[in-house]
Amino acid sequence: MAKTIEEKQYLVRYKADKKSHLTILNHEKCATECEGQICTLFCPGDVYKWEGDRMFVGYEGCHECGSCRIGCPNDNIKWEYPLGGHGIVFRLA
Amino acid sequence: MPEKFDVIVVGAGPAGAACANVCAKNGLKVLLIERGEYPGSKNVMGGILYRKQTEEIVPEFWKEAPIERPVVEQRFWLLEKESMVSMGYKGKEWAQEPYNNFTVLRAQFDQWFAKKAVEQGALLINETVVLECIVEGGKVVGVRTDRPDGDIYADVVVLADGVNSLLAKSLGFHKEFKPDQVALCAMEVLNMPKGKINDRFGLEGNEGCSVEIFGDATQGQLGTAFLYTNKDSINIGVGTTLSGMIRAKVKPYELLEYVKNHPMIRPYIHDGEPAEYLAHLIPEGGYYAIPKLTGNGVLVIGDAAQLVNAIHREGSNMAMSSGKMAAEAIIKAKQNNDFSEVGLDSYRTSIYDSFIGKDLKKYKDLTHTFEANPQYLNEYIPLMNRAASQFFTIDGTPKREKQAKIMQSFTAGRGKLGVVKDMYQAWKVMK
Ligand SMILES: Cc1cc2nc3c(=O)[nH]c(=O)nc-3n(C[C@H](O)[C@H](O)[C@H](O)COP(=O)(O)OP(=O)(O)OC[C@H]3O[C@@H](n4cnc5c(N)ncnc54)[C@H](O)[C@@H]3O)c2cc1C
Ligand code: SF4
Ligand code: SF4
Repeated sequence: MAKTIEEKQYLVRYKADKKSHLTILNHEKCATECEGQICTLFCPGDVYKWEGDRMFVGYEGCHECGSCRIGCPNDNIKWEYPLGGHGIVFRLA
Repeated sequence: MPEKFDVIVVGAGPAGAACANVCAKNGLKVLLIERGEYPGSKNVMGGILYRKQTEEIVPEFWKEAPIERPVVEQRFWLLEKESMVSMGYKGKEWAQEPYNNFTVLRAQFDQWFAKKAVEQGALLINETVVLECIVEGGKVVGVRTDRPDGDIYADVVVLADGVNSLLAKSLGFHKEFKPDQVALCAMEVLNMPKGKINDRFGLEGNEGCSVEIFGDATQGQLGTAFLYTNKDSINIGVGTTLSGMIRAKVKPYELLEYVKNHPMIRPYIHDGEPAEYLAHLIPEGGYYAIPKLTGNGVLVIGDAAQLVNAIHREGSNMAMSSGKMAAEAIIKAKQNNDFSEVGLDSYRTSIYDSFIGKDLKKYKDLTHTFEANPQYLNEYIPLMNRAASQFFTIDGTPKREKQAKIMQSFTAGRGKLGVVKDMYQAWKVMK
């Protein structure tokens, strides 16, 4: 049973672009104005990782769900679609 | 590629493919643009496809569409930590034409459904993102894509770009959706041999079962979980409003694991082989969140227009119907050669006059009421479980005494008046 998020993410096919489609606009804000760095909690692809004092964005594993754009309390994420044909590729449901 | 189209449809989900189909069938020159590798490669749903609205686009589609199973049983589970109250209906008539609904796998169904639009004459191009609408003189006249020399022109642009409709937002048709207007869902496909699925769900042959799960599955947040049977796999998923997810500080995939390991659910899915993990938003803002639907040279359909009935998990059917209504309005506009907002306005009125507008209006306060009154989920479902347990436990207590005790337990928490008020409120938002 795929228990951990790493195991789950291995089930998904990605055609990652070289360039990120997700950009943190102001890294300072994540450190000072966001209690708990909530995008690290609700992102279903575990894309956001808070490493001490800076946000790392593993855009390659993004499901393109849009939650971080809507859920970031500081409007701090520039959210675009990956280039045509890139990004997540679902095969089933 | 011709210089100019009658219609450009952005997004080849159920909404866009339905609209393209009906437009092309009526002789319009249609371009359908999809950003994914193929239609369906970006799309997610639990998997229940309704017959009625699909049939209106492709008659007798079940004879050739890649459907999984016709659903013959619909179950509802009200979950507590270690128990559940279960209800449902099963009917053999649902196993026969014209059927009630089906389970489908979207990546497969959407490819097929878009192909039906192509067969009617629509041109489909994949792997192309529409970056913005080209606006001239206050009118949408085409789209700018991420292809080199990627500007394409049309009389009408239909935005069928789903819940993350950056295009409708950039035209100012709506503001960014709020975290309580969208539900974040995570789901998995678990492979399982057909015989095992049939044994566990009590099914025969290709009959399917759908289970809607309320209560403990969402750990007190507004939302639901589901369990749907495919041919030889099971879809299991859970979602809550994004605001609920944030409030509970629960990770969507951890909530999914919680559901998979719930003692009432685990026996149905254990030893299923994980095949895919998916996450997506559902626009659940309801009636009040419907954006502006028509503009000069532009229409918004499906999830992009928040046309989802969360209570009845209807989305793909509303997407298809709205696509059809948009197509009909475009055909009329073409006859009158008027693609202005006024010329396309019959789309807006059709939506509000149809089951879509009426159903969304009926439930307009529902999400808000449940979000503001967590007792429905947190108190009544556990109470119902305890009541059922007491009622069915044979311990020598006379039934009348039992019933009195159960009634007492219902009113003990919130008081008699509180319960009556809650019931009235629930009835009012559902009626
Ligand atoms: C977990 C879950 C369970 C669900 N369960 C059910 C269910 O059981 N039954 C049901 O009827 N509904 C269900 N729904 C709702 C249903 O999935 C949606 O309502 C339906 O898919 C909406 O169709 P659509 O065509 O409007 O949007 P989508 O299906 O989202 O299609 C939008 C399309 O547009 C494309 N696109 C977006 N932007 C661009 C762009 N800029 N350029 C080019 N292409 C673009 C996307 O790649 C996509 O193909 C569920 C949803 C979820 C998330
Ligand atoms: S939610 Fe927004 S502000 Fe908070 S950490 Fe994430 S990106 Fe930064
Ligand atoms: S779009 Fe969804 S999956 Fe992608 S980074 Fe944002 S929250 Fe995570």
